[in-house]
Amino acid sequence: MINPAAKRDDGVRPSTVYNEMYDEAGAVHPHYAAYAEWLADKPPEYLLQKQREADILYARLGITFAVYGDETGVERSIPFDIIPRILRPDAWKIIYDGTCQRVRALNAFLKDIYHDQEILRAGLIPEQHIFANRLYRPEMRGFDVPGDVYIHIAGIDIVKTGQDAFFVLEDNLRTPSGVSYMLENRKMMMRLFPELFSRMAVAPIDHYTDVLLDNLRAVAPPGVTNPTVAVLTPGPYNSAYFEHAFLAQQMGVELVEGQDLFVAQDAVFMRTTSGPQRVDVIYRRIDDDFLDPLAFRPDSVLGVAGLFSAYRAGNVTLANAIGTGIADDKSIYTYVPDMIAFYLGEKPMLANVPTYRLSKPEDLKYVLDHLHELVVKEVQGSGGYGMLVGPAATRDERAAFRERVLGNPANYIAQPTLALSTCPTFCGSAIAPRHVDLRPYVLSGKTVTLVPGGLTRVALREGSLVVNSSQGGGTKDTWVLED
Amino acid sequence: MLSRVANNLFWMSRHIERAENTARLLDVTYRMSLLPYRILEPGQSWAEPWALPLVINGLATAYYERYPGALGPDDVLRFMVFDAANPSSIYACIHTARENARVVRGAITSEMYEDINAFWLELRNRDYAGIRTGGLSEFFDWVKMRSHQFRGVTFGTSLRDEGYSFTRLGTFIERADNTARLLDVKYHTLLPSVADVGGAVDYYQWGALLRSLSAFDAYRKVYRDVIMPRRVAELLILRDDVPRSLHACMNEIYEILRDICESSSREVERLAGELHAQLYYGRTEQIISLGLHEYLMGFLEKLGALNDEINRHFLVPVYPQQQAATARR
Repeated sequence: MINPAAKRDDGVRPSTVYNEMYDEAGAVHPHYAAYAEWLADKPPEYLLQKQREADILYARLGITFAVYGDETGVERSIPFDIIPRILRPDAWKIIYDGTCQRVRALNAFLKDIYHDQEILRAGLIPEQHIFANRLYRPEMRGFDVPGDVYIHIAGIDIVKTGQDAFFVLEDNLRTPSGVSYMLENRKMMMRLFPELFSRMAVAPIDHYTDVLLDNLRAVAPPGVTNPTVAVLTPGPYNSAYFEHAFLAQQMGVELVEGQDLFVAQDAVFMRTTSGPQRVDVIYRRIDDDFLDPLAFRPDSVLGVAGLFSAYRAGNVTLANAIGTGIADDKSIYTYVPDMIAFYLGEKPMLANVPTYRLSKPEDLKYVLDHLHELVVKEVQGSGGYGMLVGPAATRDERAAFRERVLGNPANYIAQPTLALSTCPTFCGSAIAPRHVDLRPYVLSGKTVTLVPGGLTRVALREGSLVVNSSQGGGTKDTWVLED
Repeated sequence: MLSRVANNLFWMSRHIERAENTARLLDVTYRMSLLPYRILEPGQSWAEPWALPLVINGLATAYYERYPGALGPDDVLRFMVFDAANPSSIYACIHTARENARVVRGAITSEMYEDINAFWLELRNRDYAGIRTGGLSEFFDWVKMRSHQFRGVTFGTSLRDEGYSFTRLGTFIERADNTARLLDVKYHTLLPSVADVGGAVDYYQWGALLRSLSAFDAYRKVYRDVIMPRRVAELLILRDDVPRSLHACMNEIYEILRDICESSSREVERLAGELHAQLYYGRTEQIISLGLHEYLMGFLEKLGALNDEINRHFLVPVYPQQQAATARR
């Protein structure tokens, strides 16, 4: 319960961690000034009431995700925090330019390794990093994807350690999720605090699904004038099913499962109540492995037999393309700055986090000696599974992880624990700083672009650096201020 | 619309309707079991009232596999209300209906989803001991009311599109099937001997049957006379102003199918039209001379054929070009 007499925690902490709202002297950063002024006369009771309102609305709307490994199979809402994260126009420009640049380079890399492989011949990336990697799809060799676009939707995870100091943590180029939360969070904030939007010039993001649909239609097979787009989901038991349904509904296209589609004469059709209907573009949220039991895993019941053959025949476009996983593999990540130089002749606008490759003996030795201060990740892991946060782990956890690493060092990379920036976060009775990251969604098709915003994930536990929803993270609305 | 979506909508409403019918059937069985008449005769254990719900749903074998031993009200009720392994139990029906709804959430209104979700969550919080204490009839009334409510929410909030048509279609196919089964079982399995026809047992059984189909008051209004089997048959088969009669159900089914059938699905429409005409032009004398059981079996067979055709054309279609492609591979 709230004790109104308790001192209000204003989120200021004397430390080297960058607080996005307050400077070291406790003064409000200029771009937070209007918000701070509004917040100043809001009692904790008011915030608590708004927080409860938000929680109830999210539960009622059924905005949920399923937690893997949870035997009860319950659907949960991802915790939502009512305090927005605010970004200056200048900071957004860095993110915008930097992520677009990155996606252009990664897309050029994919085209290259599935065609001429110039980057390998130039000796920038060792061949075995590509060919020995199970995410590389030899089936894609020599195949031209429509418009040369491989990465139609990219989620680039970015952390901040100081004003305008951004690092890319990882690229998500397969089936990045979370964008529905970005959109729903904004709707929620406009519902809860309409007056803030008249006080502050917050750039709108609602047109995300329009831009997405426009891009998907733009990459239809050549000659198709009025393409039919569908969203392909693994089904209602997938943790992101809500998002798949949401996106299909927002774009006004069908949400299909593998069983709804079939391939005949190398073309893809939906089974409808009026007979077969041709499908031209599939925004698929199923991993490569499960897309087509004839081409990939034969035991997949989620996919569509013959889909790959229809794809290779140029009769259907898949977004994202097959084989993009090779470019977001954590061992390839370390080469992205080189790709930007090699393909674009540019300097990276967003830096990588310094990364140790445990395949290198000297890196391995360093990492094992410094486990207590590093984050160690599986090369092909995602979602916060299979990682060790050294400073937060117990001695036993570190020892156990050390054994796993030694079993297959090349399967791991390590990074220093960055001093992730914090944002003020409402923690039930008071506001306190919590660490955040940002995932903006870069869309490619007609152009490479992104709407001004992204999903801010927040580690709700005090001091925690893990923001994944599966590991107790929450989300915030992200406000990019207009000039 | 996607066939899978149509299929889920169809089965969502079928399962709600089935749950309601199971509740009606159990309620009437319960009431009959309270009558002072014991109609058991040697070799006719099926005449025990608690066998009725099992026989009607074709579940006797499944029941004895799960509950070997003597047939008793508690086991039958457990099996028909809360047994998740029995796909016709109220519990299983509502669970499946809610899953159907969840899968196609984008295709139904949020009010419909909230209603069916609440139905499921409330049911999940109940147990057999609770409904025994609280009263069986109260529980069955609750199930019926929730079912009425869901149809009302559907009626009041749905866009009148193809999805709505398939939702309604599921309701009336299930209802027609159920009414026919109920009528058939009464006529052929309950009366131990011909001598009992027209006796007190007969009266109460027909009365219970009418009540289970919410048609008791309608019978009184229409005939203003004692309950006679041929009139019950007329009321529940041929009259189109009794909402659970076969004719009323076929009116709905035929109208829906005329609306959604296209040139490629004329066979579906023809089958529905044929079955509809049989009721529209039917005479009670024909039914009696053919025999009620034979008549109802014929009806169920044709309804099954219509259902198969609806499946083939709309809900789980198999296309010639797809067959060709599969064969080629």
